[in-house]
Amino acid sequence: MSQFFTTAILTATVASGIQLAAPFLIAALGETIGQRSGVINLGVDGIMLLGAFGGYYTALQTGSLVLAVLVGIGVGALLGLVTALVSVTLKAEQGISGIGVYLFALGFSDLLFLKLVGTPLPINQLKVIPIPLLDRIPTVGGMLFKQDILVYVAFLLVPVVAFLLNRTTYGLNIKAAGENPAAADSLGVSVPRIRYSTVIIGSSLAGLAGATLLIQDGIFQENLTQAQGFIAVALVYFGAWRPSGVMAGALLYGLTEAVVLTWKGLGIIPLSGSDLAGTAPAVITVLALLTVARRFRQPAALGRPYERGA
Amino acid sequence: MNTQSVGVAPAARRSRLEWRRIFLSWFALPASALAALLVGAVMIAALGANPLTGYHALLTGAFGSSYALGSTAVKAVPLLLVGVGICIAFRANVFNIGGEGQIAMGGLAGTATALVLPNLPAPVLIPLVLIAGALGGAAWGAIPGAFKAYFNVNEILSTIMLNLVAVQLMNYLLAGPMVDHSAGTVGGLIPQTRLLPKSSWLPILVPNTQLHLGVVIAVLVAVGAYVLLWRTGFGFRVRAVGLSRDAATYAGMPVRRTITLAMTLSGGMCGLAGSMLVFGSISHRMVTDGSLTGFTGSAGFNGIVVALFGGLNPLWTIVSAFIFAGLLVGGTAMQVVTNVPSDLIVALNGLIVVFVVSLEYVRRRARAAQSAEARPAPILTPSVEADG
Repeated sequence: MSQFFTTAILTATVASGIQLAAPFLIAALGETIGQRSGVINLGVDGIMLLGAFGGYYTALQTGSLVLAVLVGIGVGALLGLVTALVSVTLKAEQGISGIGVYLFALGFSDLLFLKLVGTPLPINQLKVIPIPLLDRIPTVGGMLFKQDILVYVAFLLVPVVAFLLNRTTYGLNIKAAGENPAAADSLGVSVPRIRYSTVIIGSSLAGLAGATLLIQDGIFQENLTQAQGFIAVALVYFGAWRPSGVMAGALLYGLTEAVVLTWKGLGIIPLSGSDLAGTAPAVITVLALLTVARRFRQPAALGRPYERGA
Repeated sequence: MNTQSVGVAPAARRSRLEWRRIFLSWFALPASALAALLVGAVMIAALGANPLTGYHALLTGAFGSSYALGSTAVKAVPLLLVGVGICIAFRANVFNIGGEGQIAMGGLAGTATALVLPNLPAPVLIPLVLIAGALGGAAWGAIPGAFKAYFNVNEILSTIMLNLVAVQLMNYLLAGPMVDHSAGTVGGLIPQTRLLPKSSWLPILVPNTQLHLGVVIAVLVAVGAYVLLWRTGFGFRVRAVGLSRDAATYAGMPVRRTITLAMTLSGGMCGLAGSMLVFGSISHRMVTDGSLTGFTGSAGFNGIVVALFGGLNPLWTIVSAFIFAGLLVGGTAMQVVTNVPSDLIVALNGLIVVFVVSLEYVRRRARAAQSAEARPAPILTPSVEADG
């Protein structure tokens, strides 16, 4: 067994785990922003799918990954506007409307894929950008500092979102809207405006997450996300609404996936066994939900539409 | 909800409100479906096909012949059972998004029973595998139910996570321990079980169609669920808890037990649907394709659409399941005729959900504006006193 656990393999596994964590992380950070303002967006998986398709089609037509990413974000923002309209203005039950958005996007993305893309061709890969000096650190350098730009962006978003939520007036207003919208309202903070903005930002990030996943896979296919967006929503709870906690959850998923893939490649576990091993993070997440529900409090107004004077 | 002044409203205003309420009560759901179909027509046209041809093919494919009607009825079985399960859970204000996993567990439990006891006669084996399926799903629903009731774990998330666990477990079992090793599968095994004993197959009721016994059972279950929800003490408690957990607690009801039981029952219905998918299948095996929806065909999600469209009432859910099954069956026919992928139907289902829940708020406001004595039939908001 020992030859399976050389430093080289370990480094490669961790590096790919970090890469695989990126889409989870981006989507979950976006969802965190929305939930802190009181809105559950359960349509993330669908937004990722349409963002990924938008990115794929753009990359096929133009060959530009930059444009693909921008279109992914744009598609996300557009769906975010729709989600906000339904959740904030029309005050729909968020747990159910999100499933509606998901089903719509699931069907629509595949519909477009089948009709607009004749022969699915792979798109360009992103270049690995080694961080000077840091990439020379033995082992760790290979794990952390030889990634592509989107992975760096994903992990840089952690402090950015934390700063936004904890150190800015906008972040304070977001949390006020999520904890006590009536009080926020009485202080002149427009709760609908805050929630519109957080849902659109969060959905844009979901679109970015979809584009990231697409670029990692190199090609679009039906239901590309395989419920990653739903997992991202669960990771927000897993991380107790804190960016760093969310990052820990995303890494759990990314690393487990990488380990399973590596083991499968090395023949340690049979092909069918990978499904069994794949259940591990979901089981851990359910158990984590139990712990989090006991120890942490969710934003008080989470999932509740705000009605002035209600 | 703030109660507005009940005083004597001017006659004109009153009748306008009345009309608005009636419209929203009786036409909100059909209007949602119509709006979605209109969006669908635009999409079909944008894809270069004729919407009328497309919808005509859809209708003919779903309802145009006795064979089509039989296929639609069979397709409706899992949708109806899941939908009824969703009605029970949603009435208790618990959102069961775990249909997919509960279907998978039910299918597995039923299949395992049939594989272990192949020699039982049909009158014994068929009820046994159906009950086993229901129990498998019930167990998978009880977990998030108890987590919600006793530990305040968000059931939407726990059920979604348990979907992933169940479906991957199923894919593992069907590709591994339960796989068919018989001859003819040399080049890569298909993730499916061996042929199930003939005594476990659901009998066909009308020759030359797919219409099997499960259709009758599903309708009876729906009627039973209606009686349970509106004619029993348990049903009253479920709806009371759904309406206000605090009030139910204050009234001395066992709130936590009711929530757990509602989710268990909901899971049981989905598990039964899983059994129906296996024993009413044409292949007479439990089959998947390794993807997340390979076995369930998304029935766990579509059942939510069906239940919402049935106004969370098991009896209306029968009608609703038949309509949506028609959309799914007819979608395939539409694909053949117009070359518009049947994914369109999935997208339209999603739109209908969004429309229905969005209209609900407008409806609630109309109801609040109404005088107190008028009580519209509920669409989404659980209501204890209305009887459907």
